[in-house]
Amino acid sequence: MSLWEYANPVKFMRLTGRLLPFLCVLTAVSLATGIIWGFFGTPDDYKQGSTVKIIFIHVPAATMAVSAWFMMLVTSLIWLIRRHHISALAAKAAAPIGLTLTLIALGTGAIWGKPMWGTYWAWDPRLTSFLILAVFYLGYIALWKAVEDNDTAADLTSILCMVGSVFAFLSRYAVNFWNQGLHQGASIAVNKEQHVDNAYIYPLFLSFAGFFLLFVTLVFVRTRTEIRLRRAAALQARSL
Amino acid sequence: MLALFTRDLKLAFRSGGGFGLALAFFLIVVMFVPFGVGSDLVLLARIAPGILWIGALLACLLSLDRIFQLDYEDGTLDVLATSPLPLTGITAAKAAAHWVTTGLPLTLAAVPLGYLLNLPQPAYIWLFASLAIGTPALSFIGAFGAAITVGIKRGGLLLSLLVLPLYIPTLIFGALSVTKSVEGLNPLPSLTLLAGLTLFSIVLMPFASAMALKSNLKG
Repeated sequence: MSLWEYANPVKFMRLTGRLLPFLCVLTAVSLATGIIWGFFGTPDDYKQGSTVKIIFIHVPAATMAVSAWFMMLVTSLIWLIRRHHISALAAKAAAPIGLTLTLIALGTGAIWGKPMWGTYWAWDPRLTSFLILAVFYLGYIALWKAVEDNDTAADLTSILCMVGSVFAFLSRYAVNFWNQGLHQGASIAVNKEQHVDNAYIYPLFLSFAGFFLLFVTLVFVRTRTEIRLRRAAALQARSL
Repeated sequence: MLALFTRDLKLAFRSGGGFGLALAFFLIVVMFVPFGVGSDLVLLARIAPGILWIGALLACLLSLDRIFQLDYEDGTLDVLATSPLPLTGITAAKAAAHWVTTGLPLTLAAVPLGYLLNLPQPAYIWLFASLAIGTPALSFIGAFGAAITVGIKRGGLLLSLLVLPLYIPTLIFGALSVTKSVEGLNPLPSLTLLAGLTLFSIVLMPFASAMALKSNLKG
């Protein structure tokens, strides 16, 4: 029994088929509780008023947007090293979700930025980095669409993901070097004195869990779709 | 490897087109800026470093698809791939040839074009230095983009979409070093980082390009 067993599409389909109902329920429960508790069960901030509550969508979405790219990097490496098709398909499935999360983070950030900073957009390092991340996602998705042969597409996108990760990382720090920002630093930490108040932290963790589960669920669903598309194409090729 | 390098150089010089094209494009971009933002010399002096860097970068982008496309179409690349020279060496030689035919002329042309944009006096040497140091990174990163899109028909637009995000750090450090010198600050920190980026690209990008080429030639 090892993780690599699920490189077999049949086993992967069986496992995810069984897991998906539970995942869906868990996602719905944690997202709903996290956001509803966050919106209605927490006090207003003394300075920001109720606008602070956008944190329950903005921060988890932003975190998952970056994590999604890391997941794509890991699955791309698995494809390049061990040639498991499911791995490549999972990376393909994750990209549009990651792009959407990036756009959600940018959008909610703009909505939050207007009342707080007085502007929807500023060329702040964090904001700029997210815009860059969105462009990387776009390029990755466009490359998948452009290459016809499945294995070549998987190869090329994996290589692009690898190189892109390095350059996205470089850009992150180059952008820091280039401009000073408005955005605050990390505000959730166990070992620091100053962080988000406890009244916010529990619903925030719940919506973190919710966004994480949502991402896993969507990746499973989309990977299953990709596997079925491959099967359908194989059947069509055989009948000709 | 040297033979391949000189062959690419000769092809670029003798077939015309590509060599002058990037320069002409650079000239036109720079010429368009005063039309777009007005001929105010103070404003031009302030945006000149950025414009010159963006212009050079776009001009470089324009000629990227020539690195592998023609050789891929007539089968030369397949022959090269079966030669004893490793693919990494082939991509490195081709990227270097691209730099000599594009990056180097652009660097030389940037100085007179800087004069057109009223670039302040002390910045010329830094403009020249930053372009001379930074354009090899553009060629080596660009060769990677060209290697990825070589099998795609009409891949030019996709090539830009893939390569432009990879150019961001180079553009930031390059333009920043010139801007710093205009403002009378020390341009060396950005210039050093730019040099680091270039060395990094020269050493590592040929491996990534070779991987992409191998995958494209297999299909």
